[in-house]
Amino acid sequence: MKKFAIGIYAILVAALMIWGFYQAMYVAPNDAMQGEIFRIIYYHVPSAIVAFVFFFVSLFGSIGYLAWRRSNPAVAQKADAWALAGAEVGIVFCTVVLITGPIWGRRAWGIWWTWDARLTTTLVLWLIYVSYLLLRRFAAGPQMQTLAAVLNIFGAIDVPIVYMANRWWRTQHPSPVFFGAPGTGMAKSMLIPFDWNLLAWFAWGVLILGLRYAVERKHQKVAQAEAERALGDHVQA
Amino acid sequence: MTRILWTHLVKDLRIEWRSKEAINSMLFFALLVVVLFSLAFDPRGAFAREIAGGVLSVATLFASSSALNQAWAREIRHQVLDAQRMAPSSGAALFLSKALANFLFVTIVQVILAPVFLVFYNLRVVGNGWLLALVLPLGTWALVANGTFFAALSIRSRNRELLLPLILFPIFIPALLAMVLATTAILTGESAPDLWIKLLLGYDIIFTTVCLLLFDTVLHAE
Repeated sequence: MKKFAIGIYAILVAALMIWGFYQAMYVAPNDAMQGEIFRIIYYHVPSAIVAFVFFFVSLFGSIGYLAWRRSNPAVAQKADAWALAGAEVGIVFCTVVLITGPIWGRRAWGIWWTWDARLTTTLVLWLIYVSYLLLRRFAAGPQMQTLAAVLNIFGAIDVPIVYMANRWWRTQHPSPVFFGAPGTGMAKSMLIPFDWNLLAWFAWGVLILGLRYAVERKHQKVAQAEAERALGDHVQA
Repeated sequence: MTRILWTHLVKDLRIEWRSKEAINSMLFFALLVVVLFSLAFDPRGAFAREIAGGVLSVATLFASSSALNQAWAREIRHQVLDAQRMAPSSGAALFLSKALANFLFVTIVQVILAPVFLVFYNLRVVGNGWLLALVLPLGTWALVANGTFFAALSIRSRNRELLLPLILFPIFIPALLAMVLATTAILTGESAPDLWIKLLLGYDIIFTTVCLLLFDTVLHAE
């Protein structure tokens, strides 16, 4: 039943993504200033939003692990699996953001990269979560889970500081398109394709996140069973 | 708390006084970085003033990351760290004393290195030179507080020497930026460093607090 539900959801996600692609490429009109290249916003911005949401999932997973690691180890293991899944899938989406951004920037700004507040923050965020995954590789067991959770909290505190530092330094990234100053926002003909793409990419992200979480839970259970078996053998001998 | 902190600090200073391991290795390492950078970039005149702040900060960063591991590796030998974990005193005192000791070592290195630096880069300070006495300690504290914390964290893993820079550098980026921009502003005298000094101060306060709060968690992670 569960597998059936996941299958239905996956088909739904695939349909949504095809629909989103159609909307972005064929329905949305060309931008008055930028022409075709603006269509990258349908991939760049949803990926950024999904990445940030998943990094929050990772942060809350880490806080949950630290909070419950003594009182409720079973819940803490689940929280840690969320922390890992959020960080990994978040990095994938963050990578998409970091690749689509320069492609757009080359056409719109004439340069691939600039050390602007949002670009630098996204890059530092990416670096922090890669170092988080490295730490998880280098250590093992519950000790690693605690250390990784601590590092995750440090990273979360660091990101707003990086953002403010770079904002004071220099900023080139387009000012917020949504909820920004008067005069910002999208024409309806562009907004509807945008919303479809946001929905499609979010649904896709949730699917991958859920699968990664399930894999990590299986991994934890296998490791635990192995540890118990080793203990059992030891007792018999 | 103060007494425990003092005991730890005196012990660390005594060990360093007898071996001079950390200071000597850091000093030589930083000197090498300064020499390498001046060969690679050929700094002269105004250009030297513009890059000097960055070179000094990065040299300090590289040099201290080589010594920070040693501070905890010393405690691993003879299971001293395990004894400290079992001791009824708070981990915060242990952390603070280690950070203070490292702060002293890095500061000594900077004081010795400064004249060499001025000579190699033909520096003449245009802005308020005395502000450097504020910027460098603030930046150094940002480095050693986080560095000491992450060294304690990475000492529990495999490849500990490799791991420390990998997790320390990304977190240190905003402080490095503030330190470099403040130093450059002072050396060139072209802009006011106030904002960057405030940012460094904020960074120091925030991360010192977080380190003190979370150090027990790291120390007792099992």
